[in-house]
Amino acid sequence: MDIFEILLSASFWTAAIRIASPLIFATLGELICERAGVLNLGIEGIMVAGAFAGWMAVYSGTGLWMGVAVAMVVGMVFGLIHSLLTVPFGLSQHVVGLGVTLLATSLTYYAYRLALPEVTSPPKIDAFQPFEIPLLSDIPLIGPALFAQTPLTYLAFILVGVVALVLYRTPLGLAMRAAGENPSAVAAQGLSVTGIRMGAVIVGSGLMAVGGAFLTMSAFDSFFFEMVNGRGWICIALVVFGAWKPGKALLGAILFAAFDALQIRVQQTPLGADIPYQVFLMMPYFLSILALIVMSRRAEVPAALMVPFNKGER
Amino acid sequence: MRLEPVANPSLWRATVPPAIAIGSTVVIASLLAMAAGANPFSVIGLILKGAFGSKFALLETLNRATPLIFTGLAVAVAFRARLWNIGAEAQLYAGALMTVVLGTGMLQWGAFALLPALALASMLAGALVLLVPALLKVRFGVDEVVTTLLFNFIFLLFISMLLEGPLKDPMGMGWPKSERLVAEARLPRIVEGLRLHWGFALALIAAVVVWVIERRTTLGYEMRAVGLNREAAGFAGIPVNAVLIKTALLSGGLAALAGFSEVAGLKGNLTLDLSPGYGYTGIVVAMLALLNPLAVVAAALFVAGIFVGADSMSRAVGVPSYLADIMLATALLLMVVAILLTRFRVVRE
Repeated sequence: MDIFEILLSASFWTAAIRIASPLIFATLGELICERAGVLNLGIEGIMVAGAFAGWMAVYSGTGLWMGVAVAMVVGMVFGLIHSLLTVPFGLSQHVVGLGVTLLATSLTYYAYRLALPEVTSPPKIDAFQPFEIPLLSDIPLIGPALFAQTPLTYLAFILVGVVALVLYRTPLGLAMRAAGENPSAVAAQGLSVTGIRMGAVIVGSGLMAVGGAFLTMSAFDSFFFEMVNGRGWICIALVVFGAWKPGKALLGAILFAAFDALQIRVQQTPLGADIPYQVFLMMPYFLSILALIVMSRRAEVPAALMVPFNKGER
Repeated sequence: MRLEPVANPSLWRATVPPAIAIGSTVVIASLLAMAAGANPFSVIGLILKGAFGSKFALLETLNRATPLIFTGLAVAVAFRARLWNIGAEAQLYAGALMTVVLGTGMLQWGAFALLPALALASMLAGALVLLVPALLKVRFGVDEVVTTLLFNFIFLLFISMLLEGPLKDPMGMGWPKSERLVAEARLPRIVEGLRLHWGFALALIAAVVVWVIERRTTLGYEMRAVGLNREAAGFAGIPVNAVLIKTALLSGGLAALAGFSEVAGLKGNLTLDLSPGYGYTGIVVAMLALLNPLAVVAAALFVAGIFVGADSMSRAVGVPSYLADIMLATALLLMVVAILLTRFRVVRE
């Protein structure tokens, strides 16, 4: 099978959209944080915690949507910790973010060992099943890819619109963007920069956790160590690639996922058999770095990203 | 609420917040151990005993601290200049790789020539690995946090590829591991009969050297200036980009020594589980040491003690050893707040 055949197969695009879904949630989450002026390096650990929390909730008997809610709340708790330290205390966002990742990851693994002390392979849950939207899913190629996915994927796409709408069409979004560009102006309006930034980090972290939960509740049906495997860091690159805009970030996530789906398929062709599989696994990371280099020339970084705000200071 | 600088912190203000941070970490760890069904009071005792309670335990802690001193120094040097090197893990493996490439028979030298050559070659490899993100940063403005993080994944896959390909030990029963180092390439023990190799001494020397560089040389002054305020440093005529590149070379080289010392001093060959995240833990070590090179040694001993002690405690009472990682994360987060509170007071509005 050559590359064009792969690119024209419905299963390829279905896989690409599925791979993109967790990245969309987490990238939107990071985008919200950064738009308000806070870099959230807790993303990797928060995704791990979300993946475990959602799956564990469902395994203990709650419904699937309740599991998503549990994951979101767990993510928001870590977001609260992150934002408390980085916003009112103004501590280094690098150090706190990495600390939150370490805390979330180790707490998750600890909880996993406590909850399931003697399992060799983790139990499975009844995960989200694909839901075919009538008529639309019959369209060739894009039908199965876009309209025969699990409900969480639809939610991811809807959220892109919601986030864009809130950011660009509401006073709240304006205040958020201003908090990341010119916080003094926000304070001059009598609004609380601290409140806006903390809120953004908490909500953003909730979305990251849902991105993690997608892995255990929709893409797979079980929780494994190392399952997030750098996806959080890739999402940080995707925010830069998307120039801090939800639509472009969505495009970036799909492009990235398509590439990922492609490398999996090329591995199985005669061409792929001659190349060590590690080369294929490296590709997504190289691609992320390449994207950063390409976009760096015209990146529109929020002006106050990583700059703590103290009222009354100039 | 806002923060107000305190001009002359009292002894009280300088010591109480850090003490509360450490105390809270212990309390949190005890509560978590209780959740695992263990006696909360005995767990901390077991960790201390497992880390420092016997000659064997102490040597184990010193051995575990060795790579952490190197990676802690690597991070401290970089962070001091605000170069966010999160890639010490990749640089560690670069050093380990160089050690096995040159030390498994390629260089047929005596130990006195071979060991320094291996150490230097390792440093060079690590420096080169960090040079790429550093160049991307100064040339294109690409954020080094993401690139160094992503390089960790790339480099580990690269090592995996080599261990299943050209570097694979033909006698390895199919396991992905390298051949063993020749005898001349092994770091000897400091005292015959005691399980502690010269890598630990090298780590102590490295800490002193880094301290001297930071406090007594022009480069050290420039690194601190660049870290304090990049614009002001540039305005004052300091070649900011050149300083960042030099910092990257030094930092990468230090992290690579961790790989050299682990392979030449402890393991003897290269496997994919050489480092259980020493590169990342180096960040915690450096932060707990407030980026001070000499304090890195103490912080590394503390962190290594928690890991070794938690392993031993976990075997004894069945509390998952991830408790150690939780303690480190909690200590890190609480400590950065505590340090802030020693210098600022919180004022209500």
